[in-house]
Amino acid sequence: MDGNTRLCTATAAASLKETFGADGQPGSYADIDVCDTLFCFGHNVAATQTVLWARMLDRLAGTSPPHLVAVDPRLTEVAKAAEIHLAPKPGTNLALVNGLLQQLISNDWIDHDFIDQHTKGFEELASLVANYPPPRVAEICGIDGRDVEAAAEIFGTSATAVSTVLQGFYQSHQATAASVAVNNMHLLRGMLGRPGAGILQMNGQPTAQNNRETGADGDLPGFRNWENEQHVARLAELWDVDPIVIPHWAEPTHAMQIFRYAEQGSIKFLWIAGTNPAVSLAELARIRRILQQESLFVVVSDGYLTETTAFADVVLPAALWGEKTGTYTNTDRTVHLSEQAVAPPGEARSDLEIWLDYARRMGFTDRSGRPLPPWDTPAQAFDAWRECSRGRPCDYSGLTYDKLRGGPGIQWPCTDEAPDGTERLYIDHDFPTYQEQCENYGHDLATGAAVTAIDHAAERFDGRARLKAADWIPPTEAPDEAYPISLLTGRTVYHFHTRTKTGRAPELNAVAPEPWVELATSDAADLEINDGDLVRVESRRGAVEVAARCNGNRPGTAFLPFHYGDPETAANDLTPTSWDPVSKQPHFKSGAVRVERVAESGD
Amino acid sequence: MHLSSYLGLLETGCATLAKSYRQVAKGHAEEADVKVLCEQFARQCDHQEGLLRPFTERYGSHPSGEPERLHADGLSKTRSGGLGLLRDLHDLYLLASYLDMAWTLVGQAAKGARDRELIETVDECAKQTQAQQKWLTTRLKAAAPQALLVAD
Repeated sequence: MDGNTRLCTATAAASLKETFGADGQPGSYADIDVCDTLFCFGHNVAATQTVLWARMLDRLAGTSPPHLVAVDPRLTEVAKAAEIHLAPKPGTNLALVNGLLQQLISNDWIDHDFIDQHTKGFEELASLVANYPPPRVAEICGIDGRDVEAAAEIFGTSATAVSTVLQGFYQSHQATAASVAVNNMHLLRGMLGRPGAGILQMNGQPTAQNNRETGADGDLPGFRNWENEQHVARLAELWDVDPIVIPHWAEPTHAMQIFRYAEQGSIKFLWIAGTNPAVSLAELARIRRILQQESLFVVVSDGYLTETTAFADVVLPAALWGEKTGTYTNTDRTVHLSEQAVAPPGEARSDLEIWLDYARRMGFTDRSGRPLPPWDTPAQAFDAWRECSRGRPCDYSGLTYDKLRGGPGIQWPCTDEAPDGTERLYIDHDFPTYQEQCENYGHDLATGAAVTAIDHAAERFDGRARLKAADWIPPTEAPDEAYPISLLTGRTVYHFHTRTKTGRAPELNAVAPEPWVELATSDAADLEINDGDLVRVESRRGAVEVAARCNGNRPGTAFLPFHYGDPETAANDLTPTSWDPVSKQPHFKSGAVRVERVAESGD
Repeated sequence: MHLSSYLGLLETGCATLAKSYRQVAKGHAEEADVKVLCEQFARQCDHQEGLLRPFTERYGSHPSGEPERLHADGLSKTRSGGLGLLRDLHDLYLLASYLDMAWTLVGQAAKGARDRELIETVDECAKQTQAQQKWLTTRLKAAAPQALLVAD
């Protein structure tokens, strides 16, 4: 089992687990309102979270605006608004953040007391990042070393700073290592756990957060550690089952591995609910082939027919958000209740009803012979979840549907001790790295090798954050003579995911009915391509033909929006089957392409 | 003095492991993570072999009359399927373990010989080999249930 989170913010979860011992957003949106400095790392917030961007624009246009630094190879609206825009070569994020860390340390813009009391691993980190002075970073990243120094000075000398991180880091080479390096910037300055000082490892959507909390991303519910027998025993007690039946015999099987097993025939049944892998996964020709395999029986639950339902053996019509009741939790841990407004049409049912019907027909029972799960309604499921999360970092025990009605939402942990919720985590700088508490024991950021329970115990983190570092290595498929341009894929503000809903909204479809490719003006000139020309973009895996838009993105890059599913124009026909070693998030912003003009505009 | 024999063993061990990693990267190229990491580890082994050069110049290597059956054989070909992947990674683990112990033993001798440069080099290389073993362990454990219980 895996969640769409794997494609989206698995790296947010992984980076928080590596640094703090468990998932859980340290900061709060409110920190944006009061910070002196704002760093957006690979976060094109103007396209991905328009409400949050409006909140940032309010600050930028108000009195005492914060410094804004943007890291993005594209000239996004965020980059245009930034005081410093760092546009690193794709695949070099880690070298850049290692360079910022080197500057913080060499200029002594760090909080020695905080580091001594609340972190472990500083010497190893300092010795590794010492190899990333500005001239070397400039060379690796293809940026001006003075900009690295200036950005580090802003971060290093500000009283409060917030960093946000998203897909520019999460879907790129060395994703987890680079995101952890951002956490390290905050730890070196003690820059978290107070107003305006925070980390926001972002989400794309609330359900990504809920997948992580409940374990629908393959982890165990409540940020429990599958290698900790006590954690498994507690779940077994809650569910009244034998611990041996709870899957904890290996690390979670991530989405890309699930598809590999399906390809090899050892997975014969695949149930895809509310997501569209025939558009959203990398190397789509391969994914379509797998979904068509005779050996694989495919069930799809969705509100609409999609590119994926076309491959399904069975399609189950599912209710949409306004047609069912449940809670959503956003990136700063705020829980909202969304109540059913209308009944689902036709034979459509909520996902909860579909799964429960499946469980009942399968005859699942607990040790006492009662149906498993024992609940039937969203409110009952929420109550069971409150118990399941009790005592864990994502503690919902103090929340009820009644409490959530009417207000603006409540941030977990919400408990008897904190009945109004918790605005920001770690105000006492006591992190969940205790052996018996942590969600995992961590990984080697370079390879994804798991740290063993014994090795972790020997480190005695005991509430101190784990400072972890890795060296930059060149990306796997770097541009070369045959394919000289780096491929970037991502979002446009007008569409979400694979357009299953937004493509059906006439206004949104009208403004972005089909994909395009963004090319740097200088590259376009070299290739004799003008705005609007039809161009062919080809990687080692496939080719698409789309209209060109020439702009101020970093030369040597080509950007394609990934929402579109037609095999003639789908960005993911070009992307490689490749993922981060720690978070297993696919590298959607990687690979190399060549670009040529097919026809002039208007031809 | 037999240090030269063991430096030769390290040299050959690095080359054998590099070749075996490349063999697995090629034979299991469909396993995207295995391919990338095995290629990366092969380059590490190449680099380690290079780091040994000043010491083989200092102490010699592969002396005539080298003990018989000194070297471990690498992987000559890869197997297929889920079980094949498990066996090939398991073999890589054995080769990496063999090299890891060789670093340990040469490290002991380096301390006895008061050779700071060799001590540092061995420390650096041993860390890399151990990191490789840890990845192999992690990947093997992840693959085992599916390969042993479900795969054809």
